[in-house]
Amino acid sequence: MTTLARNLALAALALTVVPSALFAFGALGDTPMKVAMMAGAVLWFAASPFWLKGGKE
Amino acid sequence: MPEKTPPAQKDSVNEYEREPVPEKAWKGPSSFWGMYAGEHTAGTEFMLGPLFIAWGANPVDMLLGLLCGDILAVLTWRFLTAPIATGIRITLYYKLEKICGRRLVTLYNFANGVLFCFLAGAMVTVSATAVGVPFSGVKMPTFSDMLPTGLAWCVIVLLLGFAQTIVAVKGYSFVARVGHLSAPWMLLVFVACGLTTLPKLQSHDLAQIWTGTALHGGSSLGFWGFVFFAWLCNAAMHLGMADLSILRYARKASAGWASSAGMFLGHYIAWICASLLFALELQLHGKGASNAPGPMVYAATGWAGLACVVIAGWTTANPTIYRAGLAFQGVAPKMSRSTGTYIAGAVATLAGLFPAVAMKLLDFVGIYGTVLAPVGAIIVVDHYLARRFGLTQNWAEKTGASFNVAVLLAWILPLLPFAYLYWYRNIFPSYLTIPVWVSCGILYILSAKVFCRAPATNPAIP
Repeated sequence: MTTLARNLALAALALTVVPSALFAFGALGDTPMKVAMMAGAVLWFAASPFWLKGGKE
Repeated sequence: MPEKTPPAQKDSVNEYEREPVPEKAWKGPSSFWGMYAGEHTAGTEFMLGPLFIAWGANPVDMLLGLLCGDILAVLTWRFLTAPIATGIRITLYYKLEKICGRRLVTLYNFANGVLFCFLAGAMVTVSATAVGVPFSGVKMPTFSDMLPTGLAWCVIVLLLGFAQTIVAVKGYSFVARVGHLSAPWMLLVFVACGLTTLPKLQSHDLAQIWTGTALHGGSSLGFWGFVFFAWLCNAAMHLGMADLSILRYARKASAGWASSAGMFLGHYIAWICASLLFALELQLHGKGASNAPGPMVYAATGWAGLACVVIAGWTTANPTIYRAGLAFQGVAPKMSRSTGTYIAGAVATLAGLFPAVAMKLLDFVGIYGTVLAPVGAIIVVDHYLARRFGLTQNWAEKTGASFNVAVLLAWILPLLPFAYLYWYRNIFPSYLTIPVWVSCGILYILSAKVFCRAPATNPAIP
């Protein structure tokens, strides 16, 4: 479970930054870039709680 | 769930509030790298980047000045804060209480609480700029806006402030968890903001991005301004020793190097990326451009960016309101933690209504550091120099005093010329932090000689 969550969370981080890099180099349009980033955000908050511990005060 | 027991009592065993952290609770360096990276990539970064441009950043001054300042900040954490933290392994508050007595710590708590409220207020403002994006009736603040921009703005800020206060009172652990989880993602959103802004810039000439011209006249920040700001914006944490509370858990003083994660990711990459957002706004709209983070980030990265601004503002404001509540509770111990947090939340929300607090964040952060950091000089003197100058270490503890006049004088007197120079001579506050800190240390040595008589031998205290 943790391995799956970690892989999904890492994919989410990639979805957050790779589209913006592609956009910067003109390889991706504005709307697909923003949609991919939103998907990355949703995926990150769905997967990372099962991977990262800590943060409770 | 209402909190009736003061946390200092409730957590006295688990959090080692009034005893040195035992060896079994020490942590390796990896515990600190992520924490520093997360703590210094926050809502404030969205405001500070644009403010650098407004203050007339030019490329060399900004890129080199920030780098030098960040290096100095890391060195301060590593070679000043961390050695003391791992040497005494107690919190700042407990150490202060040992030196200056409980009643004077109350004064420090009050100053801390008030400043925390304004910092939280600025973050409520940041979140409100994001929440307001979908509503066309909300007028976003600009640099020149000192007062609330309209009824819709006030409603959003009040609702946000109310919600954040309720969460700080009842469900703070959830926000702490969200803040912890969002840190890596948030940093990448900052990077994405920078990347998506680059192709939209009308000119890629660095001198057209960081123009070196202050927006509303006056002198620009300059190289040394950036050095001192980057070094001392967290002066309360390193020079002021607030991070004793964190680094006391470190196995070795080398854990202080972990602060470099916060400095170079949050206070370098994130600041530069945030400044690019405003550079684009300026190129598109001229001097009337708004630096409200919400619309800028939304234009760059869409809804994900908007979520990032809300989360960044929220996860910064919430712990700050919580800590301010604890500080107020320290001032009036009979008051419940909930009441203290409600008061802090109300003050923060009122402050958040006024964009002036966020727009003056560079000044505010400098004032914050300069007012709170001097107590760190007193701890440095007590830790390293007391024996050399014949002073009594932990004087209040050894004499049973509740108020150390020497500390009060050493803390307050250097702040008087600081206040004059800042308000009447318009000196950038970060320039004054080091002189005030050093003056406080020297004054403490002198005033302790006069006011802190050596205690009678007390066999009960080693």
